[in-house]
Amino acid sequence: MSHHPIRRAAVIAVASVSALALGACSAGSLVNPTESSSAGKTTLTILMDSSTQTTTQGKAIADGFNASQDEIEVKIETRPEGTDGDNVVKTRLATGEMTDLFQYNSGSLMQALDPATNMVSLTDQDFIANLDESFVTSVTADEQVYGVPFGQLMAGGIYYNKKVYADLGLSVPKTWDEFMANNAKIKEAGIDPVIQTYGDTWTSQLFVLADFHNVLSEQPDWAEKYTANQAKYVDEPAIKGFERLQDVYDAGYLNKDFASAKLTQGLQQLVDGTGAQYPSLTFTITSYLELADDAAENIGFFAQPGDDAATNGLTSWSPAALYIPSTTTGDKLDAAKKFLAWVATPEACDALTAAMDPTGPYAVKGCALPDGLPAAVTDMQAYYDNGNVSPALEFLSAVKGPNLEKITVEVGSGITTAADGAARYDEDVKKQAQQLGLEGW
Amino acid sequence: MHSEATARPKTAAPRAVARHVERSYPLWFYIPGGLVYVVLFIVPTLLSFYFAFTRWTLFDSTFVGFDNFIQFFAEPGLIGSLKNTLVYGVVTSASKVVLGMLLAVLLSGPIIARGYLRSVTFFPVLVSAVGVGLTFQVLLDPFNGVVNQVWTAITGADGPGWLTNPDLALLSVAAIDVWKGVGLATLIYIAGIAAIPNEYFEAARVDGAGAWQQFRSIILPLSFPATSTVILLSLIGGLRSFDLIWSTTQGGPGFSSDVIASVIYKQYQAGFYGLSTAGNVILFLVVTAIVYPLSRWLNSKETSL
Repeated sequence: MSHHPIRRAAVIAVASVSALALGACSAGSLVNPTESSSAGKTTLTILMDSSTQTTTQGKAIADGFNASQDEIEVKIETRPEGTDGDNVVKTRLATGEMTDLFQYNSGSLMQALDPATNMVSLTDQDFIANLDESFVTSVTADEQVYGVPFGQLMAGGIYYNKKVYADLGLSVPKTWDEFMANNAKIKEAGIDPVIQTYGDTWTSQLFVLADFHNVLSEQPDWAEKYTANQAKYVDEPAIKGFERLQDVYDAGYLNKDFASAKLTQGLQQLVDGTGAQYPSLTFTITSYLELADDAAENIGFFAQPGDDAATNGLTSWSPAALYIPSTTTGDKLDAAKKFLAWVATPEACDALTAAMDPTGPYAVKGCALPDGLPAAVTDMQAYYDNGNVSPALEFLSAVKGPNLEKITVEVGSGITTAADGAARYDEDVKKQAQQLGLEGW
Repeated sequence: MHSEATARPKTAAPRAVARHVERSYPLWFYIPGGLVYVVLFIVPTLLSFYFAFTRWTLFDSTFVGFDNFIQFFAEPGLIGSLKNTLVYGVVTSASKVVLGMLLAVLLSGPIIARGYLRSVTFFPVLVSAVGVGLTFQVLLDPFNGVVNQVWTAITGADGPGWLTNPDLALLSVAAIDVWKGVGLATLIYIAGIAAIPNEYFEAARVDGAGAWQQFRSIILPLSFPATSTVILLSLIGGLRSFDLIWSTTQGGPGFSSDVIASVIYKQYQAGFYGLSTAGNVILFLVVTAIVYPLSRWLNSKETSL
């Protein structure tokens, strides 16, 4: 064998390796094209999660804005939902490959993005004054405001089938004892009192998360103490949420297929009336509307009952927000701020309402909800109107353990006790606090 | 699957061949390959050993010494997941050895539709683990799944919650893994059995050995290289198994089917990148600590055959 062909092969090999290396360098420019169309329009791209709800609303808001002026054009790019999507956002921020704007959760999940380094502060913008104060708190880090709301407020609580309630002569419970008394009657009538769907593990957390209003009404500074490692889930009043989860399991109030059922199956049982009550977050309202003709009127909503009827109230979640990454500069930055200023107006709310029935109040001042909304939205609205609302823990503290949903599945299906589950969650939370570099952990 | 080479019997390469290789491929010829290896393998490995000692948010990292490792071992789920990993690895690997051997003996014999049956056995190996996981999730649904509907039709009672009962979930997933992977074990055994010279069987038959004696005294010992390959491959696969567990139970219900790999993935999902890297280093060490001595021992048994 002569040396010649070998040398040639080696040259080709070296060339292809360097091509590979060059390719790696330029891949970023494919992901994030710096484009400006010939008409002199500035094009903005927003990264959003790919759920139907988000994309429908995202499109509505982009179309509405594009129609309102002709200097800027807004486009949508999607990413996966859930923790995979979180990692896409984190990676793109860390590598400077983020789109001009992005949609992401408010509260503790936003805090984990290191907003001071990765995002543009909007504190000095006039439109911040148009936003609901509790929302502003949920997108504030170190006294800087970073986001503009996208979508509506939601609440954690319990859906109930009004027909079942009417047939059995039940009224909406304000205390846990009333709730359990209702359950006993529902069970007697041969209907599953409480629907649980551990096939979608996130749904198992509601009894713990939605109980937070009750925790706060008993101990108003609980969230600060918790963040400072001075309050724990194993102690009163916070352990109640875990105990309530165990209560309904121990009493045999769950649907037979609770261990494997998924969200849609749970909602189906609720609208069919084979299950009477279902703890959930209200963004799922849109999911049950299509499952039965009378679902909109027949499904009501109430806050999770606590120990005291006088303090009964709702735990509320801020909507996701739109943020500008610190990599957006110059003309693009100005355009992005103009866009956000528009999003913070009632006009933008109307565009959202036209695209999809709202499932809760808007976090922008002056936005009105239309008439004829599903009964659950109206029920929820009443709590906001009366001011019986507390923000969920994730908006008051950056500390949220990643394994809560697994732990609540264990407690809720009798694998472990409320006390053990709560203790385990306290352990889980420690890692998050240490990761954030909080004092006292 | 890169360990296949280590599992093969070590045949000392004749010196002439070695010198021939040296002559036709000068050292610089290895540079491109070596470069790729260094960039894509050595550098990330060394970096991950470094990041295992940091608290790392992707945005910045602080050096925390052995904290991550201490944290990982303090993780309440870790001891459970370590036990689950070993159970899963041993159960799948042992079942694959036994079933693979049985199927291979069957499929090496003169039976009808042998080629077709061989393909059927091998088919699940080709399907993606995620696809298999999702399919079995549907099949094993406690109330609507085919398996339990048949169960109910026969016994009249509700079937077990294969993937939702904390005592059963891990073993159910292991069974799915065996179904999916036994084809590869069978293939290796078929090759091993086919490599046994026919003279041995002829000699045995002349001496009046029956089928069992032929299996016991010829097939079993002479297919030992195949056995050790299957053991090592399936044990490594089992110890680092993740995709099937994730697509069927996600480590649940609760934490009852968590293995080390799924615990690591969950740390990564939660944004604890330093911690999950430390977990990977631990997994690397655990797999090495089990597989390396085992492979040495199996190889020594082979050469003494």
